[in-house]
Amino acid sequence: MYAYDELDRTLINERVSEFRDQVKRRLSGELTEDEFKMLRLQNGVYLQLHAYMFRVAIPYGTLSSKQLRRLAHVARRYDRGYGHFTTRQNIQYNWIKLAELPDALADLAEVGIHAMQTSGNNTRNVTSDQWAGVAPGEVEDPRIWSELLRQYTTLHPEFSFLPRKFKFAITASEHDRAAIKVHDIGLRLYKNAEGETGFEVLVGGGLGRTPFIGKTIKSFVPGRDLLSYVEAILRVYNQYGRRDNIYKARIKILVHELGIEKFAGEVEDEWLRMRDSALTLDEAVVEEIRSRFTYPVYEQLPHMPDELRKAAHDPLFEAWRSNSVAPHKVPGYAIVTLSLKPVGGPPGDATAGQMDAIADLADKYSFGEIRVGHEQNLALPHVARRDLPALWRALDKIGVATPNVNLVSDIIACPGLDYCSLANARSIPIAQELTRRFANHDTANLIGKLHVNISGCINACGHHHVGHIGILGVEKNGEEFYQITIGGRADEHAVVGALIGPAVPYGQVADVVEDIVEAYLALRERPDELFIDAVKRLGVEPFRERVYATR
Amino acid sequence: MTSPLEQKKIRITGPSVVTANRTWDGIVIYRTARQGWSADLSEAAIVRTSDEARALLTEAEADDVGAVGAYIAPVEVKDTGAIKPGNLREHIRSEGVTIDLPVPA
Repeated sequence: MYAYDELDRTLINERVSEFRDQVKRRLSGELTEDEFKMLRLQNGVYLQLHAYMFRVAIPYGTLSSKQLRRLAHVARRYDRGYGHFTTRQNIQYNWIKLAELPDALADLAEVGIHAMQTSGNNTRNVTSDQWAGVAPGEVEDPRIWSELLRQYTTLHPEFSFLPRKFKFAITASEHDRAAIKVHDIGLRLYKNAEGETGFEVLVGGGLGRTPFIGKTIKSFVPGRDLLSYVEAILRVYNQYGRRDNIYKARIKILVHELGIEKFAGEVEDEWLRMRDSALTLDEAVVEEIRSRFTYPVYEQLPHMPDELRKAAHDPLFEAWRSNSVAPHKVPGYAIVTLSLKPVGGPPGDATAGQMDAIADLADKYSFGEIRVGHEQNLALPHVARRDLPALWRALDKIGVATPNVNLVSDIIACPGLDYCSLANARSIPIAQELTRRFANHDTANLIGKLHVNISGCINACGHHHVGHIGILGVEKNGEEFYQITIGGRADEHAVVGALIGPAVPYGQVADVVEDIVEAYLALRERPDELFIDAVKRLGVEPFRERVYATR
Repeated sequence: MTSPLEQKKIRITGPSVVTANRTWDGIVIYRTARQGWSADLSEAAIVRTSDEARALLTEAEADDVGAVGAYIAPVEVKDTGAIKPGNLREHIRSEGVTIDLPVPA
């Protein structure tokens, strides 16, 4: 966990007072909506179909049990008793009243939570690997650098009025769980041949209307130069990024239009002017941030305790363990993913009761710490393997032990037209139907790893471009239709999926996905050839043929 | 599901209402014939020509304190006189989400 210092606490509290005054002036008519809109957006407040939506930041996906309880409290007291975890390590409340928002912000501020960097044309919540600090083989905890960037970018005047929003993601593992290649800046922390720790810097990734996979702009930037280098990128973007056309304003368009070599040259020129400036990171500064992260004092525990050996006879437990439990860097411990994808449920939603119960379980079994992943699931990062059977029983009772992590029903979905004012079509009911179709765990296991991502519009909050199967809702003559892509992925081999054919109506989407899955099962070379690998080998055609032959 | 952002380009082709969200709590509201707002679609003022629609919208937009984001939305007027939302987006705004909400604990 990271402990905020006095400066952070003051900043957050001042922000609450400012927003309280702004809301008061808006409700009295002193501020028009045009004047107020930017102010509310800077505090994570959007207007959606039915109500205001309040987006709260969970920087690099780390929460304490105390913070999670407070998120539950906000859901219960100011909303309708639940929250929605998003694809960028935020939580959204869908029914909040503007008049009560300052009180909700104040309640959150008491535990160091805020809504800065969750909206607007500024640097957004810095995201990271939800297994940061506990993943085996990790170079270093990437949250140290995430926090450094969070502090540096928060309210930075040069980054507060960018051409468009700007997103960072950081990983320090070979396997990318943070989707860094589809972010404006992706950072991969690694050790070079000389044993120095630094970053591969990728730029210009992003989804939305025009998807691009990020390109490496510099293969190695030492940690001490991180701030100056990303600032150089942001300065070039600020100078040349388009402000005349919202659809061409993201850095990915600039990188694409200039070409990565020319863009990199501009950045290099800028960087050379500022490299050896006050932005050069002193090791003491990094160490200060590092020292504010606290880590559990782990016990020496056996890898296979008696509790686990006995529980292994229970097939339900084993199904969950083999699916939702991952190795930890410390022997005797495990990382446990909590599925927020129950059969028939909206992906990523958790009730206040579930949040409170998870907070209690985190205290009991995970040193009071919870993680939020971009796949819209939670994780307990420090669970002793001896406690897995007891934890599983407790998680099962509250409905977050569905053993479907990374399987076909572990669906990423945006709120879609049920909530969102930008959406053209619904996402959640499509996801719900798919979870029902693939509810049988044996079938889902037979299919294996398969990511289905659904967006209700081209803005791609549901990351459909990088779903193994991607589903994009569009509108045709007032009806909901869905374009289907296959072969996308968001990891270290990130690629944008390919369209399989004409859009299909709402009522046929689940059938089409079933057809695609059946085609895969028939065509795969062997049981362990993953869907994504089969698509890469075979291309789109056999799947297109299967789906459209009878349609 | 026409976005309000595209509204200015649209001429109405059938009965329409002006809708917005109430400022203090965000709920969906409709402009009434009495120059006020109602959360009940059945109380909405119905306009049938583009000129009427623009006039109602202009009047609604003047109430910047009470409402946010006013725009023209299509409706169906049934033989019984009942007013129904004219598309899925407006149906969802009027009737609520099409899914069961998570059960609060």
